[in-house]
Amino acid sequence: MTATTHEANVLGDDPFATENLLDPYPFLGRLREAGAVSYLESTGSYAVAGYEEVYEVLTDFETYISSGGLGPRDIRKDSGWRPPSILESDPPIHTVMRRALTGVINPGTVRALRQPFTPPAVELAEQLARRDRFDAVTDLAEKYPLRVFPDAVGISDGGREHLLPYGNMVFNAFGPENYIFKQAFAQEDEHAAAVMRNCQRENLDDTGFGAQIWDRVNEGIITEQQATLLVRALLSAGVDTTIFGIGNTLSVLVRHPQAWARLRENPKLAKFAVDESLRLESPFQKFHRTVAVDTVLGGVHLPAGAKVLVFLGAANRDPRKWGDNADEFDLDRNASGHVAFGMGLHQCVGQPIARLEMEIILQQLAERVAAIEPDGAPVPILHNVLRGFESLPVRITGA
Amino acid sequence: MTAPAGTTIDAVVDHVDVVADQVVSLVLRRVDGRPFQPWQPGAHIDVHVGDGLVRQYSLCSSPEELDHLRIGVLHVPDSRGGSKAVHALLAGFQLAISEPRNNFPLRESRRYLFLAGGIGITPLMPMIEAAERAGKEWTLIYGGRSRGTMAFARQLEDRYGTDRIRIFAEDEVGRLDLDSILGMPRAHMLVYACGPGGLLNAVEERCMGWPPGVLHTERFVASTLGAAAANAPFEVELARTGSTIAVPNDKTILEAVEGIGVRVLSSCRGGLCGTCETRIISGEPEHRDAVLTEEDREAGGIMLVCVSRAAAGCPRLVLDL
Repeated sequence: MTATTHEANVLGDDPFATENLLDPYPFLGRLREAGAVSYLESTGSYAVAGYEEVYEVLTDFETYISSGGLGPRDIRKDSGWRPPSILESDPPIHTVMRRALTGVINPGTVRALRQPFTPPAVELAEQLARRDRFDAVTDLAEKYPLRVFPDAVGISDGGREHLLPYGNMVFNAFGPENYIFKQAFAQEDEHAAAVMRNCQRENLDDTGFGAQIWDRVNEGIITEQQATLLVRALLSAGVDTTIFGIGNTLSVLVRHPQAWARLRENPKLAKFAVDESLRLESPFQKFHRTVAVDTVLGGVHLPAGAKVLVFLGAANRDPRKWGDNADEFDLDRNASGHVAFGMGLHQCVGQPIARLEMEIILQQLAERVAAIEPDGAPVPILHNVLRGFESLPVRITGA
Repeated sequence: MTAPAGTTIDAVVDHVDVVADQVVSLVLRRVDGRPFQPWQPGAHIDVHVGDGLVRQYSLCSSPEELDHLRIGVLHVPDSRGGSKAVHALLAGFQLAISEPRNNFPLRESRRYLFLAGGIGITPLMPMIEAAERAGKEWTLIYGGRSRGTMAFARQLEDRYGTDRIRIFAEDEVGRLDLDSILGMPRAHMLVYACGPGGLLNAVEERCMGWPPGVLHTERFVASTLGAAAANAPFEVELARTGSTIAVPNDKTILEAVEGIGVRVLSSCRGGLCGTCETRIISGEPEHRDAVLTEEDREAGGIMLVCVSRAAAGCPRLVLDL
């Protein structure tokens, strides 16, 4: 490796400024063009936005560690707002927890979910198809995962209303403690306590993923505290992201009537439509890693202890990786390798569940809806790290 | 270009060295004096040892020198005769061999951990040379019963130093402590391990917590010292598409299938996420992912086409694609 280094390009833009959260792509384009690694004055962190550098940071888990937390503060020095999750751990602790999770969530167990996940999708799609217009976020995207996913984990009906506000806290904490963060944390204690209660063995049913994670405690693989944290990870990471994934996919498809028509003709395209939509409108846009040892990335020296803000959503639109039409939806594109679910050791363990939910609901809707189009402007959500919509009004023609 | 399977070359034993207890090294040249075809680290040759016996031996010479090939052979008293026949060879003897073939290629990475058990050192020697030449970070962990049984141990230490050549002789320091060697997954490090089955099983178990795709092993089938086909080519029939494609040893099924324009959803392309799960209609896979459970593997109905391949002895997989 060549030792020539240069200073990171310093950018004054604030990625957490309201306009950049509501419409991130102009800023992300500038950031990618500024160089392989930039320094953001507003946050005091380095930033990577090109596919190559993002991939490097995600896969070199020794140099860019997770135990410093995914937010702007180094939780090794300055303890976080909650006990560290699997996302905030490194090997060998991560290895133990990851193995416990993959023992529970794997192709076999996820395949078995298609059957229980289908009837609620049919019911919801039938109900929506009878209407002329609906809100694809509040009437659909928010309804479906909340209906099926907590059942798969095995939590009781009481307390489910805390899942979305809790997820909102978890993900907003990957950004700075701004007014968005403070709003999300307004009722912190209440939501956190309710979710932690749901993670206890006695409050989980006997067949869900939650109970199976607790079985790993009896097998001596993980501790009780780790089991609690893993169930918590499922509950906090498995709801919002899937809701945003469904909403974002529909936000793309309502603008592409031909793709919708092809989807109706060939329902097998649904999973590819979801994948390409996740590349284009990635729900999880960014988080931080911590530099473990002095290193050089893209010719820029990064000191140990520095925070690097990793822009997944920008890497997924990098023209050097995806070509000149990187900013466009292309149902025929091979979106394989996009980093919407992350990459490397920490790649989303619930990915197959999320993909299953998204595929099923999209197929059921496409079967019953001949055409779908925007019915007014979508309202983007104001969130520190997630990209999605509060509202996505659509007009439909029943099949 | 490799010669078609079955084509043999007449070779002559140039010289024989005893390199450890029960281990000889044979240097072979072509009878016609021509150079061998270029080969890459990890390659082996078939040696026709007489009486219809064919054995595979890894090459431990330098791929830079094509005027000769060197193999190391452990004499296994209870073997079916291959090693015994080879040990009986003397300088000047002629024998039929194949051109070098590679089922154990060294993939590009930043760091390597080489792990040898006994005679398993042979294919790793050209790999070490290549890693060193490319300026990579690497370490060799070399275990054996005693120093006297460990071929090339001293030579390797002299050449590369004891920092990177770490010899573990069981009679001096006990068995290899695989937990401490492999306990902590490393980023961008590939593990190349070669040795007896027991060692490789133990290595595989410990590498479970590493990112998939990092561990590459070459197994010596105990009775023959032949190398299992680590990356042999095979065919895949795409039942729904109605075509059959070849999967060469340097391509994955996923790459081969994408090559003819058939879409398969995939994400990590490294056996970690499970996205490219594909139903098997017939044929036996060799699972190389980190996702499928034992039950799934035993049930045999699915595979991850980004890393897994056809099992040795299964020339064709029929997939639901």
